[in-house]
Formats: sequence, C-alpha cells, structure tokens
Amino acid sequence: MSNLEDLYREIILDHYRSPRNRGELPTPPAHRVEGFNPLCGDDVVIYLNVRDEVLEDIKLTGHGCSISQASSSLMSAAVKGRSLAQVQSTIDTFKELMTGHDASLSKDEEIDEELDLRTLGELAALQGVVKFPVRIKCAMLAWNALRQGLEEFAQSPGH
Amino acid sequence: MAPGQRVTSFSARRVRADVPQLTRMVNGHTITYLDTASSSLQPRPVIEAMSRYYELRHANVHRGVYQTANEATEAYEGARARVAGFIRAPGGASEVVFTKNTTESFNLIAKSWGAANLGPGDVVLLSEMEHHANIVPWFQLRETTGIEVRFIPVTDGFRLDLDNLDELLQGVRLLSITGMSNVLGTKNPLKELASAAHSVNALIAVDGAQSVAHGATDVADLELDFLTFSGHKMLGPTGIGVLWTREEILDSMPPFLGGGGMIADVRTDGYTPARGVTRFEAGTPPIAEAVGLNAAVRYLEALGMAAVVAHESELTADALTRLELTFDGRVRVIGPLDTIERGGVISLDVEGVHAHDVAQVLDQFGVCVRPGHHCAKPLMRRFGLTATARASFGPYSLTKDTDVLLEAIEHTLKMFG
Repeated sequence: MSNLEDLYREIILDHYRSPRNRGELPTPPAHRVEGFNPLCGDDVVIYLNVRDEVLEDIKLTGHGCSISQASSSLMSAAVKGRSLAQVQSTIDTFKELMTGHDASLSKDEEIDEELDLRTLGELAALQGVVKFPVRIKCAMLAWNALRQGLEEFAQSPGH
Repeated sequence: MAPGQRVTSFSARRVRADVPQLTRMVNGHTITYLDTASSSLQPRPVIEAMSRYYELRHANVHRGVYQTANEATEAYEGARARVAGFIRAPGGASEVVFTKNTTESFNLIAKSWGAANLGPGDVVLLSEMEHHANIVPWFQLRETTGIEVRFIPVTDGFRLDLDNLDELLQGVRLLSITGMSNVLGTKNPLKELASAAHSVNALIAVDGAQSVAHGATDVADLELDFLTFSGHKMLGPTGIGVLWTREEILDSMPPFLGGGGMIADVRTDGYTPARGVTRFEAGTPPIAEAVGLNAAVRYLEALGMAAVVAHESELTADALTRLELTFDGRVRVIGPLDTIERGGVISLDVEGVHAHDVAQVLDQFGVCVRPGHHCAKPLMRRFGLTATARASFGPYSLTKDTDVLLEAIEHTLKMFG
C-alpha cells in the first residue's frame, strides 16, 4: 500500500475534502477559462482577477477525482496574490515536478540544479503522482487551464 | 480444454482454469479481472489457435494457389461461416463482413448504407444509452446529408422509455440501438423494437458489442437488419469485428474502403467493385484474428450461451444484493437493481469518492475495474454523472471476485471517509 499512501497524502485528501478558493468571480473584470480531460470527463473552470501584473484573486469550480481537485485547490493557494512572474515560475516548477526526468532529457541544455521541492511548499505533496503515469493528466488539468488563462489574458484587448 | 472437445456441463472454475491471465499477480495479489465489458480475457484454445496458425499455416488469403494459402483462405472463410452460424444468419456466411471492431462496423453502415439511402429530413433514431460508436458516425453523416438524429430517452429506472415510441418513430429510416448497455447492463427488447421499426418501414441496427457475448443472438428470430460486434469482447482477439446484414441489403450497399481485395476489375478509367462480402474487405484482412474468433465462438458454443447467461446473472444478483447489504446506500448502482433483462455490468457511484480514485485504490488489491464515462457521455449527462467505476463479469468470473471487490471498496471508503 506504500505507493497508494504516497499518492493519497493527507494534504491531498484534505484539499479534496475542503477545496480552497472554490467558487466564481464576476466576468468581467475576471477572466474565465475552462479545462477538460476528455479521457475521464473531468473539467475545471478558473476565474482570474489580474491587476498591475498581480494575480489578485483566483476561484475554481469543476468536477474530478481527488488528484485533479486537490491539485487545483493547492494550485490556487500557491498562486493567489503572487506576481504574474512568480505564478509563471510556479507553473514551470510544478510541470517539471510532474514530468520529472523526461522533461530534463528532452531539453538541449542540461539542468544543473535539482528541482528544489522546498520552493513548492505544500505542492510537493503531489510528487507521489509521478509514480502513477495515467494520473499525471489529472494533476496537470488545472495548471494547463491556468497557463492558458494567463496567455489569453495577456493577449486580450485592453491589456 | 482441447479445441473441439465438448464441455457437457458449464463450470466457471473450468473456464477460469483455461484463462492464463487469471493466474497473474498484480500488486502482490492474484488478479481480480472485472473489466470484461471493456475487453474479455482469452482462454487458451483461442490463444493456441492463433499461435498454431502463425506457426504453420500463415499465408495471405484469396490469392495464392499453394497449399498454405489455400489453408489460410479456408481458415478465414471457416471463421465467417462459424460466426454466421453463431448468430443464426439466414443467408449464412455471405452475410458476414469482417471489420476491425464494432466501431468500424457502425462507420461502415453509416458511410455506406446511410450515405446512399438517407437524405435531408430522414431520421436515425438512437437511444440515450448508446456507446459513442453508435452516435458519432450518425452525427458525421448528419454533417454531409442533413439527416436528423433523435434519441429515445432512458427512464429513472435505467430502461428505455418507450412510452412515446410511436411519436419518436415518425420519419425514422433507421433505428440503431444497443442490445445491452455497456454502462447500465440493461438489455433492450430487440424483438419489440424491430417490429416497431418495421411498422414504419424503418430498418433496425443493433450494437451487439455487449449482448452477443452475454446471450444467444438469433438475427432471424429477432428480425434484425444489421448487427455489429467485436471479437475481443467475446473471448476472441482484438482487431476483428463483425457486421452482419441481410443479403439483399448488403448487395445494395456501395463499397466502404477502397483497395485490393474489394474489386472485380480495375482499369485506367475506373474500377468495378467485387460482389458480396469481399466488397467491404479492402486490403489484407485480419486472418489470425479470424482464426482466433472462430476458436472463441467454438468455445462459447461449447459452454452454451444459456449457461453463460445463467452464470453471469447469478453473479450479478449476488453482487447487487451484497453491495446493498454491505454499504447501505454509500455505493449506488447506476443500473437496474434486478437481474431481469440485465447483464453482468455493474456501474458504481461511490459516495464522496471519484471513480478514478476508486479504481486506483482497487488496483492496489489487484482488482481491475474501469473508471470513466465508458464512451457514453450522453448517458452520463442524463444521470448527472461525470464518471462511474464499472465492474463487469465474464464466464470465468466467480463470487470470489465479488468478495475482493467489496473488500477493496470498503478500504476505499475508509480511506476517503
């Protein structure tokens, strides 16, 4: 059962049972973005309030498994109130955590530094997911939607 | 069991002993395979028939004059005849087309018969419990021909709602419907539906992917017009499926895929398609798979479909009762709670736990169930679900599989409780 306990850490179950930043924000001013996992039917809707290059508020709704729901809750807690540059860096770091070794091999230059789990805080609880390859998509669902939302926001008129 | 040897009385234990994969260890446990609705496991006679074919008799079919080429052709055509007998095709082997799977069979119906016979305003009537294989090809046909696609609703009791069938049948040219839902386990009243379709001069196509493996199918008695199914859901190999249709319909259908094998003549100014079933079998067909399917049908016939149904029905009744008694409403069955006109597919909604998490925890006990929408998203939407965890039985299943399933669900509930 050790793998299973690695996957379902207490922090993950806690965020699944009591998700943070759950809800909606009025659009506009908030930007709304959806993400789907067509394989399992999971979905996520994210609302983003960005002002002065800071992600001032984030809310999420959606349905999914404990991994996708806990990951979106943990993500919201990690990025809320951060500068867009910090948010981007967190997205990159998390993605690296999920893709692990494969990502570093595919890059041209070698990555000298080990991924510093301390910078991830509670997000590091999701590292057990890597042992269950089919569940990585679950963990990445909200993160991909967040990245897409920020890209859309950056390209939106008036920004 | 050696091929050809008859089993006089059905014994699930004997079937189980015939399936090598059921002795496998997964995560420290002997495998508990409850995903037959996705794909069945193969008994040794099927695997051995395919091995023997590759070891001694392989050649391309329908072309060579040498001995092994003749043997391969005989084996391939023998499979066609065996399948025709299994579904009681009135016209025999000349009504059985080999495809890749049920999905390809439906695409063949839609893109050949549908495109040639249906136009704007014509209605194809489906049901809310269809697999995407019997939905998407019709939506694709709608884009090119302007047909209407209509759905028979499903009741809260997980059965077809046939109260307004007369109204729904207006303008219908084809009723295309599943024999048994891959999510609910519900078996549909095919004879009644065929008669209703014929009363408005419509044809009926049946998705037999589930029903053919879990009950006897007599296309003549049911008065069907099309039947589709897959080898790998009936103890056979992947890569081969079947489309059966009556000879007069088959003769009127234009070719589907073009290429070698499906022609009578090819010139620089055009081609003439072959007649009969070969017109729909372009390219080298799945020969070894046909050999495997032949062995699977022989195996099922030896077991006796009535015995298979009785066994699976007993397992289903036992599982439904114990799920209710053990979990007291915390595990909801998405499907009929009785075993009348119902197969051994049990979709579960576990309170507070997503189907993926259920399946993940069950995997640690060696239990194979399928989480997800089961390629039936309209049905999932109908019941406000995104996913269920589905357990399904085969002729090799035993009540001890249900024991392990219940124990693993108990653990899941504790973990997420």
